[in-house]
This record gives sequence, C-alpha cells and structure tokens, in this order.
Amino acid sequence: MGKLWKVLSLVCVSVFLSVSMLWAAETLKFGVAGAHSGDLASYGLPSVNAAELVVQKYNAKGGLLGKQIEVIKGDDQCKPELATNVATKMVSDGAVVVLGHICSGATKAALPIYKEAKIVVMSPSATNPPLTQSGDYPNFFRTIASDDAQGKLAAEFIIENLKLKKVAIIHDKGDYGKGYATYVKQFIEEMGGAKVVLFEGVTPGAVDYSAVVQKVKQSGAEVVVFGGYHPEASKIVTTMRKKRMKIPFVSDDGVKDDTFIKVAGKYAEGVYATGPKDVSANPLYKQAEEEHRKAYGTAPGVFFFNAYAAAQCMLNAIEKAGSTKYEDIVKVLRTEYVETPLGKIRFDEKGDAEGVGFSVYQVQNGKFVELSK
Amino acid sequence: MDYFLELFFGGLTRGSIYALIALGYTMVYGIIELINFAHGEIYMIGAFTALIVAGVCSLLGLNLISILILAIIISMFYSAAYGYTVEKIAYKPLRNAPRLSPLISAIGMSIFLQNYVLLAQTSDFVPFPSLIPEFEFMEPVAHIMGSSELVIIVVTAIAMVILSLFIKFTKIGKAMRATAQDRKMALLCGVNVDRVISVTFIIGSALAALGGVLIASHIGQINFYIGFIAGIKAFTAAVLGGIGSIPGAVLGGLVLGWTESFATGYVSSDYEDVFAFCLLVIILIFRPAGILGRTNTQKV
Repeated sequence: MGKLWKVLSLVCVSVFLSVSMLWAAETLKFGVAGAHSGDLASYGLPSVNAAELVVQKYNAKGGLLGKQIEVIKGDDQCKPELATNVATKMVSDGAVVVLGHICSGATKAALPIYKEAKIVVMSPSATNPPLTQSGDYPNFFRTIASDDAQGKLAAEFIIENLKLKKVAIIHDKGDYGKGYATYVKQFIEEMGGAKVVLFEGVTPGAVDYSAVVQKVKQSGAEVVVFGGYHPEASKIVTTMRKKRMKIPFVSDDGVKDDTFIKVAGKYAEGVYATGPKDVSANPLYKQAEEEHRKAYGTAPGVFFFNAYAAAQCMLNAIEKAGSTKYEDIVKVLRTEYVETPLGKIRFDEKGDAEGVGFSVYQVQNGKFVELSK
Repeated sequence: MDYFLELFFGGLTRGSIYALIALGYTMVYGIIELINFAHGEIYMIGAFTALIVAGVCSLLGLNLISILILAIIISMFYSAAYGYTVEKIAYKPLRNAPRLSPLISAIGMSIFLQNYVLLAQTSDFVPFPSLIPEFEFMEPVAHIMGSSELVIIVVTAIAMVILSLFIKFTKIGKAMRATAQDRKMALLCGVNVDRVISVTFIIGSALAALGGVLIASHIGQINFYIGFIAGIKAFTAAVLGGIGSIPGAVLGGLVLGWTESFATGYVSSDYEDVFAFCLLVIILIFRPAGILGRTNTQKV
C-alpha cells in the first residue's frame, strides 16, 4: 500500500512538472529579483506585488505578443553571493526582462550575468550612483533617483537660485548624512562659481552645537548645508538663529520631516530641504494604491510605486517594440514616454529615469512648500 | 578675540551642564562607591517633567519667569523622588553584594527608565519651550553669549556654592563626609547611613533635573535618549576631576566643556570627542585619581 502511494505521488508530481513545463514554454517570463525573505524582505516584497498587479492587467487584456505573462521570482535576500545565483537562474529560465534587484550591492553583483545574456534589468530601489553613471551596464535602468541626485540638486540650487558664493557644509558623520554632504561638496567644486569654506562632521546627540555654529560664522559662509537627520538640524538651526545668524540653511530629505518643523518651531521658517518630488496627487498613483489595497488589503510598502513604474515601462517597451529582442526593448525605453504613478518617464543614455527625482522645498508658515524650479 | 570669547562661553555653558550632572555621579561614588548609570536618565526625566509642568502652566497663563521657576522646582522634586526610589529598589537590597551586582542593577535601571519614558511618552523628539526669557541688556552681546547661556552659568554657580556650604556646615553634610570616609566607622558613631545615602541620591537627582531643565530650554528639544550621551559625558567629567571629589566634578565638567569647544573651534568638530577622551587618558596617566582626586592606599 505504502509503495503504491509513493509511486502514485511520483507520477502525479512528474505529470504536474511536465504540464508546468509545457505551459512555461508558451509564456513570456517576467523576472522579479530581490530580497523576498530575510531582514530586508520589506524592501523587496512590494516589488513582487507591483509586478503581479501590472502583469495581471496585461494578462486580462490577452497578454503580450500573443502570450500570457508569467512572473518568476528570485530571492537574493539582498546578498551579493545569492544575487549571482538568482541571476544565473533567471537567465537559464529564460526571463525576458528582470525587475530588480533591490539592494545596490546585490544588483552590482548580478549585473554582469544579465549583461552577458543581454537581458534588460530595471531596479526600483538601487541608488548607488556608479551603477548607471559608470556606463559599464548599458542593460541597467532604474526608476529611482541615484544617491547623488539630491546633492546635485542642492548644489545647483545654491549656485543658480540663491546665487551664493561661500558654502559651509556640516554633516552628522553617518553614511547618509556624510554621503549627501560629500556629493554637495563635489558638485559645488565641479560647477565652480562657489567655494566650500567649511566641511565638518558633528556628533549626533551632543549636548549643544554652539561651537560649530560659531565656527561657521567665523568662516564667513553665506549659506549652510547640513547632511543628516532632523534632530541635529533643528538644534543647529535654533542655535544659529539665537546667535543672530540669518544665513540660509539647506538640508536633505532626512530633514524634510514634519517633526523638524514641530521641534524647531519659528526657527524652521525659511529652511530649505530637498526631498522626493511629490507625486501623490497623480491619479495613476492613487489608482495603483487602490489596486494594491483591493488585491492585498494593505497600503503598499516601500518602493512599490517605483517597482510599479518599472514593470509598466518594461512591458510597454516589449509591447511597443513588438519583440523580446534586447536591442529593440532598450531603444523603446530610451525614446518612449510612459505614464506611470511617478509621472511621465523615459530613460536617459545612462539608464536613469528622466522626470524622477527630487525637488527643493522651503518651510513657509509652518509647512514644507515645493518650490517650482 | 570675539571668536575666542564665543568659544570660551560656549564651552563654559556646556561645562556647567556637565558639572551639574557630574555632581550626582561623584557624590554617589564618594559615598557608596557605585557608578550610578541611571543618573543620566534622571536628568532626562527632569527635562520631561519640566515639559509637562510648562505645558500645564502656560495653559494657566502664567508668565515666563514663574513658569521657569515652577518647572525647575517641580522637576527637581519629582526627579529627587525618582532618585530616592531607584536607590531603594535597585541598590539598597544589594548593599552587601559584590560590587559588580549593583553596577549591573544600575545599567538595568537605566535601560528600564529609558524604555519607560519611551513607552509612556514618545519615541519622537518633542519641542521644549524656551523658558528662559531673552534679556534686553544681553542684546549687544547676543552673538557671543545668549541669555539662556548666562542663566545656565549663573544658576550652576549658585547651585555649586549652596551645595558646598550644605556639605561643609550642616549636620547631614557632616554625616555625608563621615560616611564617605568610612561607612562602617560612621555607622558605629551613630550616623544613620541609610538616611545619608538617600539624601545623597535626592540631592544628586535634583541637581541633574536642574541641568535637564536648563539645557532642554536652551536647546529646545528632548527625547527619551538624551540622558545617555549627557550621562556618559558627565561621567567622564567626574572621572577627569577625580571621582568622589565635589570640586573635582565641577572642574572636570568645565575642563571637558572647554576642551570640546576649543577643539571644535580651532581644530575640527570631527575630533571633538577624540580630544575630550585623549585629555582624559593623558590626565589619568599622570594623575590616576583625576585632577583633584586623592588616592587612598588600601590598608590590609
């Protein structure tokens, strides 16, 4: 009896396997790679949901190029060593395009394999600048602005809009704050026309910052840039204003937080901060959010909209190109605009999305107001 | 010259706060040889109490000065009660245990109080009203020293003087000195050691709360974690000046404040802490008991 069951179940499994393989041959494979388990799963799972929602829409309309689209998933847990395995598997499974990977490190490890196999990869979240800017990976695209975009915007804003010459840059010594501060410094030096007169780190959580504020004053700076989060920013702004320093204060999206205004109070007025463009008024954004709520019963997670846009762009490219050939897809991605929750986007030569990025906000009457550029 | 003065007064303000908190560490250490890690949390609780008092008082429409005084008095009482309770719960039962046990109990108390405030209040930074008024006569020198800095320095100085007089001339002060010298002998001479220890905790906690209110009002924001860094720095100040010595704690606080301020001003704020701790190491190499500390030879 036991033996019979075993044989039966084996038969069943093999039948299923062959059926699914038969099926597989007729579908168009859409790879989704990223962290689907482990402690960074919350970054990767929203992209799976996004891909499934977009794919369902296409399949309901009869699929793409006469075939149904099938989502195949690869879990790299944001680990580079697993990412190469996932990439190899994606290639051997015949994925046409891949949405992913999620973390910059994993993406970087996987890209050479996709490049070899001529597969378009589009990440909703990998922000490391060289991924696109090095030009090493013509098959890589992303629907999120790179890490240096904020720094670049701040540098442009200071030189072109505020027209100030002497810049003091302070950061909180952390990865995020120091990274931002370093990019601002780099872009100001590259663009010319302004000079960095002070570049210093402060210890987060220190009792007060009066010494560093005095130093900024001594340096003769006309504007202060701060890289870090809102608790330090509000302390520094408050100390500056109390010392009767009225020069502008520019910071990053770690400061573009309502807590900053609440804590710094009247001293927050006039502070500039860069932050992601506000797309929440976009009808497609609301629609995507609604779809997610209907299908999964919760609000979408982080990078969901970036992933949604990426899936739309890639499937649209295949549709418009009328083929699954690498060259055709890339050409459409670079020329055709697509309406996405993030706005109307296409990709530049390097693979960064045009129209996705940051804006400058200013505190006016206790609220962050987006300044039109 | 202006720049030097700015840094000097900045350092003096910071040092005064360190000194106020360091007094609590040093008094407790002097008497029961325990490093009270929960002391930074008492400072934080003082700041939170003042925030609540200030909120209630401004609803009642009191003026700024009376709010400040009320906030200071109530938070000093409240923190003193916390200090007293912490001692009774966490340290008294361990008085005859090995020295490591109360130390661990202190760390536990510190974590407990932090998380208690985190849960009971909020994990966010909350704005703290600036209770210290802007004096008009300070306006010409506001770029060097603000009104709140002046108040901090003056209040700290007054608190120090009162504390020194208290320890020197009152009966309980005398008992405290006796207990610090030799607890067993003091006990034999009829000193109520338990009461002396309680009073020490009460005074130390009240001073920490005073520091908490002043610095929170100066900086304008607090959260449940502010006690940790302030506590570490104040502890450093206490060690620097000679732990167990009251003038030492004040001197240590001021030296630390100035070192940090001048290191930031003339070198780089990246190395603020490096300089502070280098100074500590150098002083401990040449004077292992701190600037004003006395080395007691252990007699066997």
